[in-house]
Amino acid sequence: MRSFAALYAALDETTRTGEKVAAIRAYLAAAAPEDAAWAVYFLIGRKPRQVVGTRKLRAWVGDAAGVSEWLFDECHEAVGDLAETAALLLPPPTRTTTLPLHRWVEERLLPLAGLDEAAQRAALREFWDELERGERLVFHKLITGAFRVGVSQRLVIAALAELGDIAPATVAHRLMGAWQPSAAQFRGLVAAESSEPAASRPYPFLLAHPLDTEPAELGPRDAWQAEWKWDGIRAQIVRRGGQLFVWSRGEELIGERFPELAPVAGRLPEGTVLDGELLPWRGDQILPFAELQRRIGRKNLTRTILAEVPAGFLAFDLLEHGGRDIRERPLGERRRLLEQLVTPLAGDALRLSPIVAAAGWDELAALRADSRARNVEGLMLKRKAAPYGVGRVRGDWWKWKLDPLAVDAVLVYAQSGSGRRASLFTDYTFAVWEDGALVPFCKAYSGLTDAELAEVDRFVRGHTLERFGPVRAVTPELVFEIGFEGIARSRRHKSGVAVRFPRILRWRRDKSPADADHLDALRALL
Amino acid sequence: MRDPLIKSTERGLYCAAGDFYIDPWQPVDRAVVTHAHSDHAVPECAHYLTTAPGRELLALRVGEGADIQPLAYGQPIVHHGVGVSLHPAGHILGSAQVRLEHRGEVWLVSGDYKLSPDPTCAPFESVRCHCLISESTFGLPIFRWAPPAATMQDITAWWQANQQAGRTSLLLCYALGKAQRLLAGLDPERGPIYVHGAVERCNAVYRAAGVPLPPAPPVLDAARAAAFERALILAPPSAQNTPWTRRFKRPVRGFASGWMQIRGTRRRRVVDRGFALSDHADWPELLAAIAGSGAERVLLTHGYAQALARHLREQGLDAQPLATRFLGEAGGEEDVHPDMSESPDDAAPDADDTRESDDLQDMLESPADERGRR
Ligand SMILES: [Zn+2]
Ligand SMILES: [Zn+2]
Repeated sequence: MRSFAALYAALDETTRTGEKVAAIRAYLAAAAPEDAAWAVYFLIGRKPRQVVGTRKLRAWVGDAAGVSEWLFDECHEAVGDLAETAALLLPPPTRTTTLPLHRWVEERLLPLAGLDEAAQRAALREFWDELERGERLVFHKLITGAFRVGVSQRLVIAALAELGDIAPATVAHRLMGAWQPSAAQFRGLVAAESSEPAASRPYPFLLAHPLDTEPAELGPRDAWQAEWKWDGIRAQIVRRGGQLFVWSRGEELIGERFPELAPVAGRLPEGTVLDGELLPWRGDQILPFAELQRRIGRKNLTRTILAEVPAGFLAFDLLEHGGRDIRERPLGERRRLLEQLVTPLAGDALRLSPIVAAAGWDELAALRADSRARNVEGLMLKRKAAPYGVGRVRGDWWKWKLDPLAVDAVLVYAQSGSGRRASLFTDYTFAVWEDGALVPFCKAYSGLTDAELAEVDRFVRGHTLERFGPVRAVTPELVFEIGFEGIARSRRHKSGVAVRFPRILRWRRDKSPADADHLDALRALL
Repeated sequence: MRDPLIKSTERGLYCAAGDFYIDPWQPVDRAVVTHAHSDHAVPECAHYLTTAPGRELLALRVGEGADIQPLAYGQPIVHHGVGVSLHPAGHILGSAQVRLEHRGEVWLVSGDYKLSPDPTCAPFESVRCHCLISESTFGLPIFRWAPPAATMQDITAWWQANQQAGRTSLLLCYALGKAQRLLAGLDPERGPIYVHGAVERCNAVYRAAGVPLPPAPPVLDAARAAAFERALILAPPSAQNTPWTRRFKRPVRGFASGWMQIRGTRRRRVVDRGFALSDHADWPELLAAIAGSGAERVLLTHGYAQALARHLREQGLDAQPLATRFLGEAGGEEDVHPDMSESPDDAAPDADDTRESDDLQDMLESPADERGRR
């Protein structure tokens, strides 16, 4: 626990990517594999369920620290973070322990869930007496299900790849899907390449970068495959072991939300993985994304909503064919195999993303100008000779959006509005990613409906991390598409850019914070 | 019941019987100043009274031409029938608690104070009184400082680790008080120490007052940038995001302040490392000082006054927060989150100036952060 708490502190303290990777790597190299397995599990954001309620934790800590309820609340408000408040208030420990992380988790933390209240409380008192401040902070975060650390999965992958001397892509793939931390699992994670994929495991999604040059600078037009940039939910369909798995980019299994896919995708041959987009459509007409959002928002998929907003999967890439990983093959070849596979199965639930035919860049640009009418966001340009890379490989996939002055950003701070909206949190600060951390870059007030505002308001109240006067820092969970009129360099802003007239274009409920744009996307617009 | 000896007025704490103010925040005729931090010492008063060891620092703050009467610690004077004496507060060089005695009643204004050891100033002296006006900047039980020696060890270890990585250590701290306390605790054998001009101005006063400080030349005197490689630089927080720091290649940034006890504060300052080293009393010190004064009545200013007052009332003391300009002042520096205060539309001119600002305000960096966030 001690060295894991030290790692947590080190990651919390540095803002530099290289140092974060080095700290993770040093920890993993020194830790026993069963400890390293849990560390990886926590670092990539897989946390155990909450085992102790925050109200109970408050009461018990207050008691142990001799701090009355109101004073605890004052402290909590000053610190902003419950786990940290509790760590700061508790009296210093009288004992120490060298119990390793996996035993803390397996023998102490997880069993807490099965104890009654009195036993939980007695156990915590024992544990507190063995933990110093930094360890308590981590421990409290773990038992309240609030563990979160400022590193992106990419950094954890980089550290593991360095450690095992294997490709980051291999590590990324091994981390996907469901797994339980154990010594064997960790050894498998950093083992030499060539192990079989687990049945459900998808491949890391290849992500496109916004095009920041004239398309003509990409070279000859015929070296590039053009497709529409669909405005749906990016997903992979995995057909293995007689089963079907639909994965969102947020690594969620979302097959149940799309019952349309079951019959047709079930006819895919064994050992097939498709990459594509889940889209709402009726006949040949693609429906606006908002329609799909309406459907996702429903708890129950009634017959009515399924009829109103039918959806299907538009396939644009083939990653596994006949049980073989074909990501290394060039796009041109993958596309041929994809067409052979999907064309006979194509129907209402499964279609092929059409190639946009245009002789030259100018002709393509003219087609792109029509994007809105087609309910697409613009064009995708994919290098025909390129393999399917891992993550944000630059240079092979470009998104050539119609309105380039927009990014997906994460809500990080909220403040109450004025006038009619004085009682609602309606003024927001949005952030984009840089080096695994969220960097605030603009404030925006307008663009949401009253119902959405009320919903965000509830979210803010329930997810306040810290308060600074009227401003609340919130759990970075909600993603919005932010549009703006202009952008310029600025020394005044931490992000280094200042945008003009930012506004919320829409709430991207389909995206997780990890999907939000990188600061590079903003810089590219300069 | 008689009138209170000290009242809180628009201009600050006022003693009507003696017709003078204590730490006024607007120019007045007569000001008793506890210490030279900008939230306690305002320029353009007609007459000042402060401690003898604090005189030069106050002159630096309010101007050489000011009429400043120095008074030795513990030496009583009488003004309009009010007995006045100044007692060490342990906060910074020359910092005082102000003891007033009138018709047998004793009031004590603590100013800023701390009980933990500090080699750069006289230690806090416990003074008995009937009514105590105490600061309460860190008046919550989450604030419990580690022994200063342990924090200095952490800083030294951090400096050493940065040296091994070939990186400059840029340690941000208030130019007056904190910088000298840090300097006194650093080992000059470990590597070169340089300071920002604002720190140097204060160092000169400390050295002249006989406070031993290790050699620490101003950054501007260093001949080559290479000199900074193994160095530790002390600079005020205002220098953090200025072109002045560009001369250091990839510096590692630290910040020494009591607020660093809270991780959120460190993150908002965007520094790599926070050191919770404060020149203010923590929760146990506040309780100890208040108990030690024997006061029947306690009035609290700065920071978490409401919370500490309520706690003291629960312990049976007559305690109230005292309205000062820091209470309820919405929109004060710490009230507005740094990220929120950056308006997207007011792109600043791209100053490409790597000189040091010679602004007086900058030189004596306002310890606004230590004011609390209310
Ligand atoms: Zn002060
Ligand atoms: Zn002060």
